[in-house]
Amino acid sequence: MPMLKVNGRTQDVRVPDDTPLLYALRNDLKLNGPKYGCGAAQCGACTVLVDGQAVRSCVTTVGTVTGQSITTLEGLSTGGKMDALQRAFMEEQAMQCGYCVNGIIMRARQLLDQTPKPTEGEVRLALDGHLCRCGAQNRMVRAVLRAAQEG
Amino acid sequence: MTIETSRRHFLAGTGALALGFTLDVDASAQQGPALPGDLRQHPKISSWLRIEANGRVRLLIGKVELGQGILTAVAQVCADELDIDIKRLDITSGDTQLVPDEGATAGSFSMPNCASAVRQVSAEARQILLGLAAAKLNVDTAKLVIQDGTISSADGKRATYWELVSGRELEVEATGKAPLKPRESRRYSGKDVPRLDIPAKVTGERIFLHDLRPQGMVHARVLRQPAYDAKLTELNLSEIEKLPGVLKVVRNGSFAGVIAEREDDAIHAHARMQQIAKWDLPAKSETQDTVYDWLQSQPERLLKIKEQTNSALPAEALSVEATYRRPYQMHGSIGPSIAIGLLDAQGITHVDTHSQSVFETGQAIAELLGADKSKVHMRHEQGSGCYGHNGADDVAADAALLAQALPGRPVRVQWMRQDEHKWEPYGAAMVVKTKARVDNNGDILDWRLDLWSTSHLARPSGKAGNLLAGRALEKPFDMPPAVNNGPPNYAADRNAIAGYDFAGHTVHTHFIPTYAARSSSTRALGAYANIFSIESFMDELAHRAKVDPLDYRLRHLKDERARAVLQKAADMIGWKSRQKRPGHGFGLAMARYKGTASWNAVAMEVTVDRNSGNIRILRVLCANDCGEVVAPDGVKNQIEGGIVQSLSWTLKEAVRFDASGVKSVDWISYPILTFSEVPPITVELIDRPGTPFLGAGEASQGPTGAALANAVFDATGVRIRDIPFTPARVKAALG
Repeated sequence: MPMLKVNGRTQDVRVPDDTPLLYALRNDLKLNGPKYGCGAAQCGACTVLVDGQAVRSCVTTVGTVTGQSITTLEGLSTGGKMDALQRAFMEEQAMQCGYCVNGIIMRARQLLDQTPKPTEGEVRLALDGHLCRCGAQNRMVRAVLRAAQEG
Repeated sequence: MTIETSRRHFLAGTGALALGFTLDVDASAQQGPALPGDLRQHPKISSWLRIEANGRVRLLIGKVELGQGILTAVAQVCADELDIDIKRLDITSGDTQLVPDEGATAGSFSMPNCASAVRQVSAEARQILLGLAAAKLNVDTAKLVIQDGTISSADGKRATYWELVSGRELEVEATGKAPLKPRESRRYSGKDVPRLDIPAKVTGERIFLHDLRPQGMVHARVLRQPAYDAKLTELNLSEIEKLPGVLKVVRNGSFAGVIAEREDDAIHAHARMQQIAKWDLPAKSETQDTVYDWLQSQPERLLKIKEQTNSALPAEALSVEATYRRPYQMHGSIGPSIAIGLLDAQGITHVDTHSQSVFETGQAIAELLGADKSKVHMRHEQGSGCYGHNGADDVAADAALLAQALPGRPVRVQWMRQDEHKWEPYGAAMVVKTKARVDNNGDILDWRLDLWSTSHLARPSGKAGNLLAGRALEKPFDMPPAVNNGPPNYAADRNAIAGYDFAGHTVHTHFIPTYAARSSSTRALGAYANIFSIESFMDELAHRAKVDPLDYRLRHLKDERARAVLQKAADMIGWKSRQKRPGHGFGLAMARYKGTASWNAVAMEVTVDRNSGNIRILRVLCANDCGEVVAPDGVKNQIEGGIVQSLSWTLKEAVRFDASGVKSVDWISYPILTFSEVPPITVELIDRPGTPFLGAGEASQGPTGAALANAVFDATGVRIRDIPFTPARVKAALG
C-alpha cells in the first residue's frame, strides 16, 4: 500500500501503484487543487510539486512518487497564510474561470523557488506548457512578477 | 408595451375599439414605467431578493457564473441600490427550483437582462423597507437615512431590514417607479470590487462542480461514437461488468456507459469498452477542406435580412468582390464537461451541472427520461470556462441517464479530453462573400454581403433530440430542425449587417439546415466571421481608394459612439504617427456587437516573417463602450480574454475531420495560443454613466480577427481571407 507524503502529512492510499497520482490526490485524499484537463500532460491543469519540481499528476503514477514530498495548491498556504503567488493572483484578478490556475500557480512556484526574480520572458517561457482558454495569460504573468517582487 | 399593442389588435379585430382604448389607458396607468431586463418576465420582488435571518440578504438569479464575473457585478448593483455592505449578500444562481428562469447565460445578455433587473428590484425593495420603517418609527421617509441595512432618523430612532421584514412584505410586484441612485451615491458600481469567486480558486477550496463529493458518489464514463451518427453494433457487456470496481454497465442503442466505485476503474473500463465496441460508420464524405464547397451547394433557406436599394447607382460604378472563410472552431474548454446525476427516492433526478441553460436543458433531460419536467432538478455549479454551448448539456444528460441505473447514488460523469474535442458542438464553418460598387473616389455606393452557414443555435432548448444521448438511444429522439434567429440578435447572420451608412445595402443569409460537423453557439456566433469579413473588406476598399483605413471608415460612419471607439483605439496605438516599415504593419477594425451591444475597436501592430510565414503580434490596443460600466476590471478582463481567444482562433485554429471522424482530438492536434504568443494588450473603456448596460463578453471577437488581417496586409501587401493564418498559409500567400 503506497504511502504518500502530501502537504507535509504522510498518508496511506489504498490504490495500486500504477494509479495516476491525480486520482489518488483528488479522490482518495479529497484535494481540489489538481484538476483533470487532458490526461496526457498537454495542458498542465493537474500540476503538483514533487520535491519542488512541477509535475503533471495525470501521467505520474503513485508508485513513482512514494516517499517524495508532494505539494498541492492547498499545501501552499501554511499556518493560515497564503503563498505570495496566491495573494498576487487575487491582487491581479488573474483569471476568468480559474480551472487552469492550479497548474499555473504550481509551475510558477517552482520558477520562483529556482529564480526568485525572473524576467517577464522567463515567466512566459516557464508557463508555456500551461494552457489558459479564457485568455488571462497577461494577468497571470503580472501576478507572478508581483509575487516575485512582494514574496 | 407589447401587451398593449397585441390587446389593441385583438380588440380592434372584434370591433370593440373604443373600449380597447379605455382599457389601454387604464392598463398603462397601472403598469407604470416599463420594467428593465428579466424583471418583465419575473416582476415579483421576492423572486429575486429575500431579507433573510441574521443580517443576511439573498439574491436569486437565473444567470450563472462562467468565470466572467457576473455574480460579482450583480452583487455590486444590488448592494448599491439596497444600501447594504456587499459582504451581506448570498447569491443563489442557476437552481431550477429556486431562481427565476432567465434563459441561457449567453449572448452578452447578463448585464442588460439580469443586472438591470437586479438593480431595479433592489431599489424597489429599498423603497418598501423605507416605507415600513417610516410606519414603524413614525417618521417621514424623507427624514430617514439608510446605512448597511439600518434605517435611522436624525433623532436616533432606528430599525434594521431584518427587523422590518417578518413575512410577505416583498411578495409584491415591482412597479418600475422606485428611483435609482445617482452614480455619486453608489459605493460599488463603477469601481473595482474583487471578484467573489477568486479566493477559493487560488487556495483550492471547493468552488468547482468537479470538487463536489456527495456521500456515496460513484464515477462513470460514457462510450461516445467514433464518428457522427455511428451505430454501436456490438459490445460485450459481461466482459466490462467483470472488470475491477465496475458497478454497472448501461447500454441503450448506441449509448453506453460504465459506472464504477472509483474514477480510475471507470476510466479503465471505458478504455476497454472503446477497444471492444464495434460500430457501423456512416458514409459521410465532407472534410475540413471540402466544407466550404459543401456549404454553397446544399439546399438552403434564403433569408433576405436587408434589402436597401441605391436607386441612384450609376451603371458604370466599379465592382469589387471578395470571399472569406472561417473553419469549424472549438470552444476548447480546459476542463472536459462534467455533471453529477442522482435519482432520489421521490423519483426526482437532480443534476449538478455547469450548463449555461439550466431550465431548458432540464426540460430536455426530462423528455429524454420520459419524465415530467418537475421531476428534473438542475443545480448550477461552476465549471471550466465554456465560451458557449460546449459539452456541458450533453454530459448533464449522460449523468441523468446513468443515474437511473443506480438510484440513490450520485453518479459523477466527466468526459475524457478526446470526448470534449470530438463531440462538443463547434463554432460553425462559414463562407462570406462581399461585393461593393464604388464611385470615382472609391467610396461605397452599394454594399452586398452573402453568407453561408449551418446553425449556431443547437442548444438543448427543451428537446431531447438536441442532446447527444438522446440521439444515440435505441429509440432515438430526432434532432429538431436547425434554427437560425431573426432580428435584433440574429445568429449565423449576427453582425452581417454592417454598421456603416451605405446608400445601397443588401445582406442575404444562406442558412444551411443540415450539418457537416456538429455546430452550435460559440462565443459571438456568426459575428466573428461576419465582422472579420466586413472589416477586412472595408480595408481592401480603403486600400483601393488610396485612403487611410481609419479615414475611410469614418467617411462611411455616422454613429457617434462607433466613431468614438474607433478614434480612441487609433489614438491609443498612435495611428497617425505610425511609421511604414517592411514586414511591419498596423491594422484597425471596429464593430458594434450585434448592432445593439458594446461598441468595440481594436488596433494592432504586427511583424510578418516572409521566410517562415510566422506572424508576431507586437501589441494590441482596444477601446470598448458597453454603456454604464459596473465592474471596470471585469469588463477589461472579458475584452482582453476575447482578444486572446480571437487571436488564437485567427492564427491557429481549425477542426480537422473526415469520414472516419474528427481528427482534432487533443491539444497537439488542435493547438491554441500559448503564454509566449500572447501579446501585450491594453484595453480602455469609454464609460457612459446613466446609460443602459450593454454587455461586453463577446464584443472583441470580431474586431480582433479583422484587425489582425488588416495588420498582416499592411505588413506584406497580401490579403489573407482564409482563417486560420497559419505560418504555412501565410508563407504560401506571400509566394
